[in-house]
Amino acid sequence: MAVWFTGLAIDRWRLAEGCAPGQGQDAEPFVLIEDTAHGPRIAAANHAAVAAGAAPSMRLTDARTLCPTLAVRPADPAGDFAFLENLALWAQRWGPWSALDPPDGLLVDTTGVAHLFGGEHALLADAAGAFARRGLAARVSLAPTAGAAWALAHFGPNAAIIASGEDPMIALGDLPAAALRLDGEVIVLLRRLGLKRLGDLHDQPRDALARRFRNRRSAAANPLLRLDQLLGRLPEPLLPVIGVPAPMVQRRLMEPIRHRTLLDQVVTDLAGDMARLLEGLAQGARRLELGMWKVDGDVLIRRLEMAAATRDPAHVCRLFASRLDDLDAGFGIELVRLRAPWTEPLVLEQADLDDAAERHGTSLAACIDRLTVRLGSDAIRRPVPYASHLPERAQRWSPPLNPLPSSQEELAFHHRPLKIFDKAEIVSVIYETPDGLPRRFRWRGEVHEIARAEGPERIAPEWWRERSTVRLRDYYRIEDNLGRRYWIYRHGVIGDGRGGAPEWFIQGLFA
Amino acid sequence: MTETSASPDFVSLAPGLVRGIGASERTPRWRPGISTGCRHAEMFASGCDAAGAGLALALARDALRMKSPDPAVDTPDQRPFLWVQDKAALRLSGTPYLPGLPAQVRHRLIHVAAASPEDALFALEEGLRCRDLAFVIGEIAGNPRSLDFTASRRLGLAAEKHGVPLWLVRLDARHDLGAARMRWRVEGAPSPASRWNSHAPGAATWKADLFRAHTFQPGQWILRDDGPALIAEPATPDHGGLVHRAGDRSLATG
Repeated sequence: MAVWFTGLAIDRWRLAEGCAPGQGQDAEPFVLIEDTAHGPRIAAANHAAVAAGAAPSMRLTDARTLCPTLAVRPADPAGDFAFLENLALWAQRWGPWSALDPPDGLLVDTTGVAHLFGGEHALLADAAGAFARRGLAARVSLAPTAGAAWALAHFGPNAAIIASGEDPMIALGDLPAAALRLDGEVIVLLRRLGLKRLGDLHDQPRDALARRFRNRRSAAANPLLRLDQLLGRLPEPLLPVIGVPAPMVQRRLMEPIRHRTLLDQVVTDLAGDMARLLEGLAQGARRLELGMWKVDGDVLIRRLEMAAATRDPAHVCRLFASRLDDLDAGFGIELVRLRAPWTEPLVLEQADLDDAAERHGTSLAACIDRLTVRLGSDAIRRPVPYASHLPERAQRWSPPLNPLPSSQEELAFHHRPLKIFDKAEIVSVIYETPDGLPRRFRWRGEVHEIARAEGPERIAPEWWRERSTVRLRDYYRIEDNLGRRYWIYRHGVIGDGRGGAPEWFIQGLFA
Repeated sequence: MTETSASPDFVSLAPGLVRGIGASERTPRWRPGISTGCRHAEMFASGCDAAGAGLALALARDALRMKSPDPAVDTPDQRPFLWVQDKAALRLSGTPYLPGLPAQVRHRLIHVAAASPEDALFALEEGLRCRDLAFVIGEIAGNPRSLDFTASRRLGLAAEKHGVPLWLVRLDARHDLGAARMRWRVEGAPSPASRWNSHAPGAATWKADLFRAHTFQPGQWILRDDGPALIAEPATPDHGGLVHRAGDRSLATG
């Protein structure tokens, strides 16, 4: 079953204003506008505005000349989408499975469901009635494939049905080519070719169409693919909408609380409730949201993200404790709610039987959570290898509990330093020009006599991502007369045409 | 205290007992490859080379090798280790570099970049309390006010309680009061000739000076990380007499 809301944005605005169709504010010309590079443009218009001459995708200034009394409000596409998502879940009353068809449609799988409503006609009548009661203008239709149902809902007669046995082209043959859900330029192309109806397209030899659109891979640009999907010759996967309720516990307080100790007690209780709830679901929380509703109409939200799924109340309380320090309770908090928007499966564990927990210490995930809460998520990381020749790019950082990516091993004869600087430091070096070994260098105000050196190891710039003027690097592994080992490089060669005399940098420290 | 010759069981002795006796001829000498039982060691090193971090990592691996394996566990110990640096240490001596770390511990590193010495101490203590960590390496530059004797003692107690060793590297720091069981002074030392290229730097070598230890005689060694094991060069002249007069106090000038 396909549903098309003919005026979703306007209907939503009208429901928010609380006026019936054609009554109150809706009786006056009204449009929703969106901002474009060429000034405001109309996104949706109500009936009075359409009657006055304003149409969607018209410039607002043009519409104002036609109808000076036009009322204007900015459009809210994100809000419309969220509304449509809720509608998709609600529409699962007619079938177990529904999908979004943005911007203003729904698809519901009603296979084998119609008898529960007393037949397909009764099902459609029920759906149309339900949408009408909600104050939404909708066109519904039923067909064996999603494509055919969509075409009927948008371009066919109202409440049309294609039964599973009959030939779909009888009902669909007279619909325009736009009923195939194609891109605008493809529809223009089909019109220029003289193929205006689905029947025209269906009567064409298949080879000719396949050759004409042979390099159009996406279904929205290839009418033959769309036609096959519409007739059920090709599968068309759709992304279903699944509602996942987030586990939630809350406490309404008889007296608004203003003191931290009382709040800590409430949080402890909530964490215990949440642990019981999650244990029943065999889940652990990865993200927690603590909402505190204040008497003066304000809401305080504190969020927490864990490195691994957990439901340990003591751990959760400890993590929240440091997040509640800067709280301003004002006249008091009257409702505290704990939600777990992100959960992961977590099986039951053997509880610690005695005081062994105190001796054993914390788990790695708990340790990382505590560090993250105090130091921030960027501070605690693990290095992972990355395929690059440049030393500073060969290491990247990832969250500590992420799995290691697979990588090619480093070449064993390359000696790499134990530590490198985030940014290579400049040093002044005396060396055998143009490209001999370094003899002596000055770094941080100290002169180092170089006793041993190995090199150069030449590392060329990555030409596929850098400009052609970037200079190469000649790396030297050196040891000074006191036994300190460094990794330095000469940036460029004399006479390489990419700048003046080469500079030297120190990049790393060997152990 | 009875004379212990073959395998001195000094670990089981109360630290205070050994401490009261002071270093004498009967106190054993440290050498690489013996289990020290020391959970909290400090290395004083210059911020202009990686000798401190290098020796800390080598000693930590040496201690891991010497640990008797748990008979109940059939897989090798692959627990991660924590490397905490404060901001000054990061700026002074850079971050750990994955391709340069020893291959056995390379994939086990978890790095913490703390903004201040207080945060670094917090991270160290949390790491020491974690049973899933093999060891903890800390790098703190200078003598921050927050790293006083109390903080040092706190770290030592946490390390001994939970059995996670701490190797604390102090960059460009004075030898102030500290509760570490072993305190080292580390510098780089000229390396042996490389096998294939006599002009190239060889295996990592350090001049390590154990100037304060509870259960060992102080002394100096030239230590070399030879891949599978830590090797001590023939020891430098003994300072035994000096130690006698100095008693338990630090030999350091600072």
